[in-house]
Amino acid sequence: MEEAVKSVVPENEEYVINMGPQHPSTHGVLRLVVSLKGEIVQNVQPHIGYIHRGIEKMCESMTYPQIIHLTDRMDYLSAHINNEAVCLTVEKALGIEVSDRVKYIRTILSELTRIQSHQLFWATFGMDLGALTCFFYGLRDREKVLDIFEETCGGRMIVSYNAPGGLMNDIHPNFQKRTKEFIKYFRKTIHEYDDLLTGNVIFQERTKGIGTVTREDAIAWGMTGPVGRASGFSCDIRKHNPYSAYDRVTFNEILYNEGDTFHRYKVRMDEMLESMNIIDQLIDNIPEGPWTEKMKPVIKLPEGEYFQSVETARGELGVYIVSDGNKYPYRVKFRSPNFVNLAPLNIMSKGSKIADLVAISGSLDLIIPDIDR
Amino acid sequence: MEKKQLAAAAASLVQDSAVTEGLQFVEITVSPENLVKVVSALKFNRETALDLLVSLTGMDWGTDLGIVYHLRSTEFNHMLVVKTRVSDRENPEIDSLCPVYKSAEFHEREVYDLLGIKFTDHPDLRRLFLDSTWGFPLRKDYKDDINILGK
Repeated sequence: MEEAVKSVVPENEEYVINMGPQHPSTHGVLRLVVSLKGEIVQNVQPHIGYIHRGIEKMCESMTYPQIIHLTDRMDYLSAHINNEAVCLTVEKALGIEVSDRVKYIRTILSELTRIQSHQLFWATFGMDLGALTCFFYGLRDREKVLDIFEETCGGRMIVSYNAPGGLMNDIHPNFQKRTKEFIKYFRKTIHEYDDLLTGNVIFQERTKGIGTVTREDAIAWGMTGPVGRASGFSCDIRKHNPYSAYDRVTFNEILYNEGDTFHRYKVRMDEMLESMNIIDQLIDNIPEGPWTEKMKPVIKLPEGEYFQSVETARGELGVYIVSDGNKYPYRVKFRSPNFVNLAPLNIMSKGSKIADLVAISGSLDLIIPDIDR
Repeated sequence: MEKKQLAAAAASLVQDSAVTEGLQFVEITVSPENLVKVVSALKFNRETALDLLVSLTGMDWGTDLGIVYHLRSTEFNHMLVVKTRVSDRENPEIDSLCPVYKSAEFHEREVYDLLGIKFTDHPDLRRLFLDSTWGFPLRKDYKDDINILGK
């Protein structure tokens, strides 16, 4: 080795760099402290909390309808599904059965949310790996879903459309027509995603066999959602503990056994097709009925503990509410999927190249506000 | 497995711990010194097979601090709740569940950060979100001058 180079390499040839908090591939303020030997990753320690807002503490001084607006801001790409989780918990505690109309609308909107979330995943994952075109194609299609949200919910990303006992309002008259138009359009366009990225040799070389997780590890680390299902861990809450209208539709749970970065990507690609199948089964059959149940102006949950899980675009979101009979909850806990999925990043990326770390953390599809809460 | 069967199976595994059929799930209350023993028995028993730690919640019940564990079996799809509590608010200590569930590591760091419960035998117990000058915000006696919402 050249003398000048030798002088800057430390004795044991290990050095530490910071990836983040401001780094384009961490999608927010996530700081990874990476220990490297050459360009081989030895150890990764995530440092989080840069946007910790104490949502669980704030919930303790808010009423239940107010809490719903906080959950949007956790995983902002699954905003509708997060709302639904709190609503289902409150309804379970009060013993309210919402009308079929509400169940159908909630399910359709959840699946639209999942589609737009996976579209953005595809867009940014391509960008992380250097394929910038994906970003434009992904956002082009996602915009169409956001327009549907805007018309019916009023908001584009932070929708807050659910309320305890039903919805904020009835759907827009155009909702069914536009959703069907989107499904028709997206079925024709989705092959572009595969043409652009999935079949690309460079992309496959960079993702296949990288960051492999076995099924046993996935269960031990509690990895759920597409990340767990890519390792063969059957963890789809929609299938195992159906809520809303998921027990009335037929769909496949996407499972792969490889557990590498490529298959985590593949699960999401296939899930978009499954989501469209679910919407197809429901969109023409939305039954008539009230869009909300009669609720008291002040909602007080009976004393007790209530737990409900839902399947967001990233995995299992569990809401645990402890009530002491007041209009404020005594304790609220959100078991967020990203928080749990981030923990095994160290074992996944140990021994791989630093560029692979970008691919691995990209394939976890991390949303930082959901980790920090 | 039905709730009754699960309660019976759990009761046969854990002596001197209270097993009740709660509103939603079967609940077991254990003392902190028996926690790891009881939870590993629940995990490795063929009938209960609770191999997934779904959620780990730190609680402040006013006088006592404690943890609520939500466990699920990936094979049978049933859920069970384990609760443990300590009355020492100054220096609360509970055994870490990291040897049984790897996912407990991050959850326990979060609880340590926000409630100040120490976990013995935790591999890497550091504060997770906040720096060392903060108190423990999720405790009920935490004085919060900034929160304008206050009850």
